[in-house]
Amino acid sequence: MALSNELIQEQLTNKFGEQLTNWEQQFGLLTFTAPAENNIEIMHYLYDNETLRFRFLTDLTAVHYPEKTGEELCVVYLLHNLIDNIRLRYKVYMPISQPDVQSVTSIFSSANWLEREAYDFFGVNFIGHPNLSRIMNVDDMDYFPMRKEYPMEDPTRRDKDDEMFGRGGSF
Amino acid sequence: MTELQQHKHHIKLSEESLQKQTTTINLGPTHPATHGVFQNIMEIDGERVIETVPTVGFIHRAFEKIAERRPFYQITTLTDRLNYCSSPINNMGWHMTMEKLLKIKVPKRVEYLRVIIMELSRIADHLVCNSVIAVDTGALTPFTYVFQTREHIYEIFEEICGSRLTTNIGRVGGFERNFTEASFTKLNAFIKDFPRVMNEFENLLNRNRIFMDRCIGAGPISAERALNYGFTGPNLRATGVDYDVRIAQPYSSYEDFEFSIPVGTIGDVYDRFMVRNGEMWQSLSIIKQALEKIQAIEKEFPEQKNIFYAQEADHFHLPPKQDVYTKMEALIYHFKIIMGEIDAPVGEVYHSVEGGNGELGYYLISDGGRTPYRLHFRRPCFIYYQAYPEMVRNGLLSDAIITLSSLNVIAGELDA
Amino acid sequence: MRPVQYNTKVKLAEIPEGYSGEGFHATTFDKIIGMGRANSLWPLPFATSCCGIEFMATMGSHYDLGRFGAERMAFTPRQCDVLLVAGTIAKKMAPILRQVYLQMAEPRWVIAIGACASSGGIFDSYSVLQGIDQVIPVDIYVPGCPPRPEGIIDGILKLQDLVTSESLRRRTNPVYKELMESYGID
Repeated sequence: MALSNELIQEQLTNKFGEQLTNWEQQFGLLTFTAPAENNIEIMHYLYDNETLRFRFLTDLTAVHYPEKTGEELCVVYLLHNLIDNIRLRYKVYMPISQPDVQSVTSIFSSANWLEREAYDFFGVNFIGHPNLSRIMNVDDMDYFPMRKEYPMEDPTRRDKDDEMFGRGGSF
Repeated sequence: MTELQQHKHHIKLSEESLQKQTTTINLGPTHPATHGVFQNIMEIDGERVIETVPTVGFIHRAFEKIAERRPFYQITTLTDRLNYCSSPINNMGWHMTMEKLLKIKVPKRVEYLRVIIMELSRIADHLVCNSVIAVDTGALTPFTYVFQTREHIYEIFEEICGSRLTTNIGRVGGFERNFTEASFTKLNAFIKDFPRVMNEFENLLNRNRIFMDRCIGAGPISAERALNYGFTGPNLRATGVDYDVRIAQPYSSYEDFEFSIPVGTIGDVYDRFMVRNGEMWQSLSIIKQALEKIQAIEKEFPEQKNIFYAQEADHFHLPPKQDVYTKMEALIYHFKIIMGEIDAPVGEVYHSVEGGNGELGYYLISDGGRTPYRLHFRRPCFIYYQAYPEMVRNGLLSDAIITLSSLNVIAGELDA
Repeated sequence: MRPVQYNTKVKLAEIPEGYSGEGFHATTFDKIIGMGRANSLWPLPFATSCCGIEFMATMGSHYDLGRFGAERMAFTPRQCDVLLVAGTIAKKMAPILRQVYLQMAEPRWVIAIGACASSGGIFDSYSVLQGIDQVIPVDIYVPGCPPRPEGIIDGILKLQDLVTSESLRRRTNPVYKELMESYGID
């Protein structure tokens, strides 16, 4: 039987029950939310299970929602089952004061730099990552630039302070 | 004693560096053999690479942050600068992501035109990569030879959108203007000329003993490791996995075309080279088929000749300039789009296209505003370049260089 | 015997102003050295991104930068006269660019190719250096994102004019020293 979104949802609910919430399908992509404490367990299950076989990590990224108190940071995993050609997305929310999540580098080697990038941009702390350091920005940077409160612009520039140049504008 | 001698006299080497048997060398970030700004600190024993530590981020430009501050139609210019060897594919990928979010159905003719543009840029991308492999193995001739052909592709792009490299081609819903007669003439000339160039290029290298000895067995990776490292595109196919987004999740009517996916066996430099060569032939065949299909459409429905964007995309498709000056509706849309008065629907969408290097994905979160709430680019280079230390370990230093060029790592895409 | 055939297409450098007689030409060192330098510039391509690809096209057979005496690309700063900075320079890259510039021997010139190298271009962001003239002095700016190969060639030709007319003492005069000091280079 071909693997479908409903089947995946059923299988995961049977295994993890109420832990997985916010099931939704947008543009045919099944999405759910998992607690940050056992994301590695879920990942292992998705990888090892003979029906699910999600063995390709397409993407891993983070999002910052300043308004959601207690779950400001979100890590999004996008998995792909190449055999049945079906994708799955799952999210893990965590508070910005303690942005801890388990690293999945033990399962996917590709997660290594993606997690470093998420750390560099958002400050997500991946527990168990072999080398969690900045990857894109200079090492002595003291903030996480992709968080919403930080400005995009280079603060040293003086010749572009006019609003007509797009600085300080409404966009 | 001169000042220099004194200085030398005072250099104290640490005990550890005096004792160790291997050499540490620094490759990059401005080394000519790295083709882009990558730094590798290598531990070598004679000519053998024992370990290498790559550093990236030397042209990090904060694309994702900028994208959060730009209206949707301005993001196309950012995507240009991701993989600048094949920017039209990136542009199209972004437009299709937006169309997916807006639920716009694009007319067949536009989709076929898009296929032509995307396959042309795939050829341009692979030509750079393959000729650069040749340069790194010591053959400069193929490089100078195929760059002539690449100029022809640029001329076609220029005819269509007015720009050579960073094309900013197309709009949400279609193209900014229709293809001119001259662009089809140039395209036909290219189709006629390209097989000759390609044959000569392949004759020079494919069965060239020196080239084969240099490339076969250099920088191999197994299919399992490649999948674990998140490889996509030609580099994954060189290991023997036939994953191609054009087949797995067809977009822009790729399902209408007949083409095959070239695959390799052991994933070494030679396999990657051959897979890219094979893909160029396939791309050429796709372009021919697309032209035939367009002609068929135009023959059946002559009025379709003037359709170059989806009518329902009016709210996001910047109208042609002459319409803005003469028609009221067009002027209103123009004003609304430029002033950012149009909000996109709320939603989360992931769309991917088969870029020059692999699965190029756009993960867009829209909160209903004028700009994306978050836009993440899944850059294939960034993900597969992680495997580089593993691929060159225990190989020769010179193999490490051609491995890097055969991976076709584009700094702009990697660092975003 | 075949008569000697001359290639009539070869263009010679213009003879600088001076006093000519039979078998000799007297002129100032300034002019003759300037002419020599201008027509044998050794470029160091510091290509980081998109402009680098256009620069490759400029070097390629279609546009052929070699026609202007800038045939010899060298990748070691010690041997080069012109630093061609093509592409975005991020803040992480800035010290490296400066290091490369410092390693070049005088006289040295710098061309900023493209909007990013000139002013940061469209990347007005926290990680991009807003123009390389914040870390090293620049002689020629080539606009465009990326500039067409013709634009890059035009930049080289403009630089040749500059080099031809440059005084031999320019590098020792106080104004130049002041400029270097403003960049912290001595």
